[in-house]
Amino acid sequence: MFRVLSREEIAPKFHRFIVHAPEVARKHRPGQFVMVLPSETGERIPLTIAASDPEAGTITLVVQEVGKTTMAMGLMSAGDAFRSVVGPLGTPTHIERFGTVVCVGGGAGIAPMLPIAGGLRKAGNRVLSILGGRTQELVILRAEMEAVSDEIVYTTDDGSFGRKGLVTHALADLVAEKGKPELVVAIGPAIMMKAVAEMTRPLAIRTLASLNSIMVDGTGMCGACRISVDGKTKFVCVDGPEFDAHQVDFDLLIKRLRMYLPEEQVAREAFLASHECQALRGVANG
Amino acid sequence: MADEARGVPELPKAERMKVPRHPMATQEPLERIRNFEEVALGYPPEFALEEAQRCLQCANPPCVKGCPVGIDIPAFVQLIREGDFTGSLAKIKETNTLPAICGRVCPQEEQCEVVCVLGKKYKPVAIGRLERFVADWERRLGLSSTPQLAPPSGHTVAVVGSGPAGLACAAELARFGHKVTIFEALHKPGGVLVYGIPQFRLPKEIVTFEIDNLGTMGVEMRTDFVIGKTATVHELMNGHGYDAVFLGTGAGLPYFLGIPGENYIGVLSANEFLTRVNLMKAYNFPRTDTPVRTGRRVAVVGSGNVAMDCLRVAKRLGAEEVICVYRRTRNESPARREELEHAEEEAIDFRWLSAPVAILGNNEGFVTGVRIQRMELGEPDASGRRRPVPIEGSEYEIPIDTIVIAIGQGPNPLATKSTPGLELNRHGNIVVDEATMMTSIPGVFAGGDIVTGAATVILAMGAGKQAALGIHAWLDRLAKGEVAKPAPPPATG
Repeated sequence: MFRVLSREEIAPKFHRFIVHAPEVARKHRPGQFVMVLPSETGERIPLTIAASDPEAGTITLVVQEVGKTTMAMGLMSAGDAFRSVVGPLGTPTHIERFGTVVCVGGGAGIAPMLPIAGGLRKAGNRVLSILGGRTQELVILRAEMEAVSDEIVYTTDDGSFGRKGLVTHALADLVAEKGKPELVVAIGPAIMMKAVAEMTRPLAIRTLASLNSIMVDGTGMCGACRISVDGKTKFVCVDGPEFDAHQVDFDLLIKRLRMYLPEEQVAREAFLASHECQALRGVANG
Repeated sequence: MADEARGVPELPKAERMKVPRHPMATQEPLERIRNFEEVALGYPPEFALEEAQRCLQCANPPCVKGCPVGIDIPAFVQLIREGDFTGSLAKIKETNTLPAICGRVCPQEEQCEVVCVLGKKYKPVAIGRLERFVADWERRLGLSSTPQLAPPSGHTVAVVGSGPAGLACAAELARFGHKVTIFEALHKPGGVLVYGIPQFRLPKEIVTFEIDNLGTMGVEMRTDFVIGKTATVHELMNGHGYDAVFLGTGAGLPYFLGIPGENYIGVLSANEFLTRVNLMKAYNFPRTDTPVRTGRRVAVVGSGNVAMDCLRVAKRLGAEEVICVYRRTRNESPARREELEHAEEEAIDFRWLSAPVAILGNNEGFVTGVRIQRMELGEPDASGRRRPVPIEGSEYEIPIDTIVIAIGQGPNPLATKSTPGLELNRHGNIVVDEATMMTSIPGVFAGGDIVTGAATVILAMGAGKQAALGIHAWLDRLAKGEVAKPAPPPATG
């Protein structure tokens, strides 16, 4: 069992967990993830590590409520425990001194961006961050990202914070104003990463995307997470999660992420029906 | 002597041959395809006693040589006949720590039973069923017998992987008095016994029981620990201070066909399909959270034991039509005959001499069908089996909702790739000294599918046991200062 030391709702439906996982904390490198099995009858889900503290033996995970598993996690509190946390998995981000790097994070993708941006900054890069979300309160971890960025731009779909519009608009302006960066790292919804890749491709800006796909074991055993990169089948769990965004078939990724939508619906409804509390009704309606 | 049952008399040899081999009851096919309960029901005590009576008690028994771990088969069968079931099990456990598992999944018809002298004229003694019987007897009575352990040696060994090879190796090492920790990547121990072999062929309670027995022998189990990620082999020997390491990481890398359309939604590796169902209990969804979907028509490519498991799981999940697509014929099928027969009884649609050439899908990315090419058998190939040759113009399509690829597994590279200095062959399998099972790194041993490629539970157990002997000898030399643990590799990156 892996003890939850704290859970904090940092934005609506976004929860920050500090979890006791000393072996994982000791080995974690930016870009890596863990497989979490919340309970004995739960499902194993991949979560990218947002921070780690080897001394305290803890890792930080940021979880967005999207389905039954993550909604149930949102009800956990300090003192509870996950049945299983295994990792750190995946290939760490290749970090060196590139020059200028633009970190584009959207929604839940801001959390995994945090250690990557931190690592890149520490290696001597100039880190320019563009963080986006639907509305102000969904642009998470702003203070943390500001601490590891030389400059930061915010965008919201509704214009409630930062500039109104998409992260790609901000990226286009940033490139026009400051010239081409040596590297762009994009983490967020697949559709956002695709848009970033399409924008940087004609400019020949090297672009990495960290992919989120369906996984079962997370160690290369099942192939549920497979995607197509440069026409070749790759496993996100062991070959990734980061890939050259210009080579990724995002349309395939987006389709494969929809595989279990009907089952997710069934599970969510069963969960909501069994949790009659007011807070959850709010979630269901929101 | 026995207190649990009365034995039966030893018959004259001529009489023994006249006793017919006892069949084992199974759940009726129409009943069992609606549940995940065990198909084969085992012997009642009276059948076991009579079956044991058939053994000729050969002076030079070929069955023992046929067994990959060399169980003293005539001795344990004799003890059953005498009614001493506990003694019989203890006799098996002198050489095999997982009898309830081996009694179910070993291919006895290719090992001990195929060479049974009785089998020359009559049917061989049902050795596997008898082994299963005594193991089940103990478990049902809630007994658990642990073998005699040597006094603590002071040595520690890390066993990587909790499948058949790792479990057998750990048990043997514990008997020698070494302190063993097993590292398992998944959240439950057992490896393929838990994620791969379905409940209806090997109930998971049995695996748990046998693994718990290891715990009472002092073996520590660390789940959620991936060697190559959470720690490397070199870290196990240096930072963690283990004196030796055994790698039994198995064949966990799924092979795909390399034909168009393999990334459509609804194309699953056998590993994914079986792991969802067996490890994650997707057949209980939504009471458990991991889903699996079959749709109405399921095709499974391949015809080995794993393919049989996939076909029969698909049937139990409610698929109306379950189709086996295999490019050779029933004769070349690598599955156990018993598994094939069980699948046939369950109304699986076998399409022999059929090779999938393309998987078809729709715009949403879902699989809709598979294009099959008919084959005929040509000249024998390197495996000695007649090579399937495509018949021109014979292609046809069948509509399907799900297709499971069960054409084999390769070695998972997580542990090997992260271990500098470990010699691998061109397939990625670990190269070992055949006698000691030691790898190219002193103190690091390996066995099972990671060395041989995908094989059987019992062969992996035999390899684990053999490696334990190699490790024991090496630890002895380590204590005497004749060998040394390898220095950590120079830091990279």
